[in-house]
Amino acid sequence: MAQSEVTAQRAVAHHPALAHHFENLEQQREASTLGMWIFLITEIMFFGGLFLAYSIYRSWYPQVFAEASHHLDIVLGGVNTVVLITSSLTMALAVYHSQVGNQRKLILFLVLTLLLGLTFLGIKVVEYSHKFHDGLIPGIHFRYDGPNPQQAQIFFWLYFAMTGLHALHMIVGAGILSFLIYFAWRGKYSPEYHSPVELSGLYWHFVDIVWIFLFPLLYLVGFHVKG
Amino acid sequence: MSTAVIHTPAEAAKPRTTYLNAGYTLKSWLLTLDHKRIGILYLLGVSFFFLIGGIYATLIRLELLTPQGDLVSAQTYNKLFTQHGIMMVFFFLIPSIPAVFGNFLLPIMIGAKDVAFPRLNLLSWYIYMTGALFASYAMFAGGVDTGWTFYPPYSTNYANTYVIATGLGIFIAGFSSILTGLNFIVTIHTMRAPGMTWYRLPLFVWAHYATSLIQVLGTPVLAITLLLVALERTVGIGIFDPRLGGDPVLFQHLFWFYSHPAVYIMVLPAMGVVSEIIATFSRKPIFGYKFVAFSSLAIAVFGFLVWGHHMFTSSQSVYAGMIFSLISYAVAIPSAIKVFNWTATMYRGSISYDSPMLYAMGFIGLFLIGGLTGLFLAALGLDVHVHDTYFVVAHFHYVMVGGSLLAYLGAMHYWWPKMTGRLYPEGWARFAALVVFVGFNLTFFPQFILGYLGMPRRYHTYVPEFQLLHVLSTAGASILAVGLILPAIYLLWSLKRGPIAPADPWMATGLEWRTSSPPPPENFERTPVVTWNAYEFRPQEETEIIGPPSEPDVSKRN
Repeated sequence: MAQSEVTAQRAVAHHPALAHHFENLEQQREASTLGMWIFLITEIMFFGGLFLAYSIYRSWYPQVFAEASHHLDIVLGGVNTVVLITSSLTMALAVYHSQVGNQRKLILFLVLTLLLGLTFLGIKVVEYSHKFHDGLIPGIHFRYDGPNPQQAQIFFWLYFAMTGLHALHMIVGAGILSFLIYFAWRGKYSPEYHSPVELSGLYWHFVDIVWIFLFPLLYLVGFHVKG
Repeated sequence: MSTAVIHTPAEAAKPRTTYLNAGYTLKSWLLTLDHKRIGILYLLGVSFFFLIGGIYATLIRLELLTPQGDLVSAQTYNKLFTQHGIMMVFFFLIPSIPAVFGNFLLPIMIGAKDVAFPRLNLLSWYIYMTGALFASYAMFAGGVDTGWTFYPPYSTNYANTYVIATGLGIFIAGFSSILTGLNFIVTIHTMRAPGMTWYRLPLFVWAHYATSLIQVLGTPVLAITLLLVALERTVGIGIFDPRLGGDPVLFQHLFWFYSHPAVYIMVLPAMGVVSEIIATFSRKPIFGYKFVAFSSLAIAVFGFLVWGHHMFTSSQSVYAGMIFSLISYAVAIPSAIKVFNWTATMYRGSISYDSPMLYAMGFIGLFLIGGLTGLFLAALGLDVHVHDTYFVVAHFHYVMVGGSLLAYLGAMHYWWPKMTGRLYPEGWARFAALVVFVGFNLTFFPQFILGYLGMPRRYHTYVPEFQLLHVLSTAGASILAVGLILPAIYLLWSLKRGPIAPADPWMATGLEWRTSSPPPPENFERTPVVTWNAYEFRPQEETEIIGPPSEPDVSKRN
């Protein structure tokens, strides 16, 4: 049987988390960390296309972008920024406690991170529904009173594309956190083996950093360019 | 029968476990984590979509036999060349060498048991198949006629075909390319055997490292671009629509930012294959190893800085055009380094003209023509004359078919004994290589002349004076088809009837030849320790086959 072959190969491993094709946990950790970093680079390139489009259209229509950005809710955006930065702190603490093997604190901080992430998404839903009521959904439902409505529409599709893609990453991150909480509760992580927590932390910080760029570009641009 | 093996120890009598006989069930293949089996799965998928792309090409060439549009309608013709391009570029050429031979060989060449992320590797195959089936569905449901480049405003506002479904198929398949690249980079960094330093890596591995960088950095940009096209088509918010303040040229920038480097995704692995073959069949180490290694990286880096040369006639600033032209010329330097170093390797080597070597030599000649005509097209003035003509078509077919496909066939023959454990009939293989070379040149050389005389690409009908050249081209395509069907027949035949292959049928140097053919599931009986440089030819009696752990002590003392 093929199955028994595979299990026979696996039996050589010492730590239950060590995959058969690695020599030791150190090599496995090195590989997964590098893999995560490269994945994050692909994410930068993925968002990069939208950032490029943003740069071009903003340099073409600076006044319209400034005007349109005043339609975004800077208070909700600001609160979300604080929420997200705090969640990065709790994530970093969760990674620390996984390294020292403090299981209860690890679970606590993972849960806190998840709650903050969900808070962010909740506020985002409120913001999106406001935009819908104001008729600012490009293409589908767009009524804009200011000058140059078509160029403002470009601002709003960039807003929805960029924050929407970001929110999608937050949802994926929330899913990952749920898995981490479950496995942490089952006691799977130890000081010898905690890469999943560490790598998810990298991902979470990356998603935060994207927001750190999105917030000024979308919400604060109106204060930079004097209309 | 048991008396026949009386002199051998009891253990050696039972058949060796190889990656092929480790399991026979369908499940053992579809859920395998073995990089070699995943390579074979890719081989099946890639061959199938190559066949589909080839059928489209056949229909195109048949239509162009006469100046009138008599075989298919203009609309159908548009779909034929679009689907030919999409199938060949995204579902054959891009995955071909990396996903088949890279997957199979890269871990063995560096002395690893597998790639760093075997599950991601299997996932990448499923993603590839999903994307390819999605695109195939779109093609059979009604097809797509935008050209493989999806230029707006036609693709976003006017085309009345399955643009979104096809784009989604390419979008999905892109992630398989990203995962393969990611896996290779991590594997090369972290999984090398003891003693396998960077400068001992075979050039095939260096070439795949450079390819992977492009896959990882470029493909996400294509993904977001195709998403934007889909968004524009469904919602119509003016991303690429000048009437709404958008810019269609932005699409071209984003598209070519990936799709020009994608040309190097196709040709860099081919260059890696050629380096292996040239060294083996010249029985000399590659001349200027480090230059060849770093020229791969240089091509990958320069490749990201030349996308504007597709847009000389698309309202791009003439100053930007001058810079893009200059950098495009600069790509010729690392490419020439490779070609000169291969010929310098062959110089005074003891060359044997086995079929892989014939393909490799064909590659050098055809890539030379393809590359040099690329310089014609990178020249600002001349490009205006030959832009969107058959000159461009001939140029990129010389690089993609004359380059990548020939290297793919060369790799297929070179590593076939390793992958299957069988030898193929060498006489037939040499004959087929010759047929491919003749057929290819007869197909595409007349297209240079056609283009120079002004025949535009993607046209369904043409003026009668072009007919002779088109007939020559179609005749060449028929010969090329024979040259491609022949290997399919004798390679399949060899699976059952071919002689059993030894571990190292070519007296080559790489680690993949130091393990048995076909390799065991874990690639080596024990972890190899590398004490030699790449392409270090040694007397046959000194080369060691890495056997079970107990053997080496005995063999070393002898």
